[in-house]
Amino acid sequence: MTKKLIADPINAMRLELSAQSINESFARTTVAAFASQLDPTLDEINDIKTAVSEAVTNAIVHAYGEGIIKLKGVHLPSTDYTMPTIVIEAELFNDSIRIKVTDKGKGINDIEQAMQPFHTTKPEEERSGMGFTVMQSFMDNLNVSSRPNKGTTITMQKFFVKNSTPKENAV
Amino acid sequence: MNVRTKMHQGTLYISLDGELDHHTAEFTRGQLDHHMVQTRAGQIIIDLANLKFMDSTGIGVLIGRYKKMRDRNVPIYVANPSSQAERIFKMTGLYSIMPKAN
Repeated sequence: MTKKLIADPINAMRLELSAQSINESFARTTVAAFASQLDPTLDEINDIKTAVSEAVTNAIVHAYGEGIIKLKGVHLPSTDYTMPTIVIEAELFNDSIRIKVTDKGKGINDIEQAMQPFHTTKPEEERSGMGFTVMQSFMDNLNVSSRPNKGTTITMQKFFVKNSTPKENAV
Repeated sequence: MNVRTKMHQGTLYISLDGELDHHTAEFTRGQLDHHMVQTRAGQIIIDLANLKFMDSTGIGVLIGRYKKMRDRNVPIYVANPSSQAERIFKMTGLYSIMPKAN
């Protein structure tokens, strides 16, 4: 049974970054810093960092991994070429954070299969196939929607143990 | 990522200092292989005391090293994982092939 949202977000952020592995650390650190407004525990912050890292890594490795190589093989007018990006949106509620990670990559054909523990399409790269499992166990809600050749959106939510209010509003 | 090694009484200690994610995985893998391939140690302990972050990519790196050293009968142990790393180890069953060092 998942908790239903009843309130509007009290704060929101949006970050668009190019799909490069060097940005993985930047992405997870930024979302963690945003979440820290709710004064979460260190464990909760680490859970969020890890889940964001998994989602962003998935986008880089799977959504665009082969697309980038294909792009290089095709002659494109320079104005048509844009570096693939990942969009991260986060909303803070009184008791939780909701994070959305969106790519415009190749999409996931079989989401159920992709979410199976140890399922990987890239065993030769020593991928563990545990990304979705980690996201599921570190966050409270996880939703994956995907369309082939359109992209994938991962939405996840984390409820905080303390029902805290933002520091600025604290009395 | 900073990889430091120390040989002590037949044990190769490898300390990982930094963050182990998809971005640092290739470098870390190369460093670990470099030190492990040439070792004459009877066992290897990977010390995670200074590992500030790890996600499931790190599990892939560790399992890959286990498979390489298994053929040479050199057991690998992990020491001092953070509580976050430990949760990922338990979730993935890593301890069954790479037990926690005492």
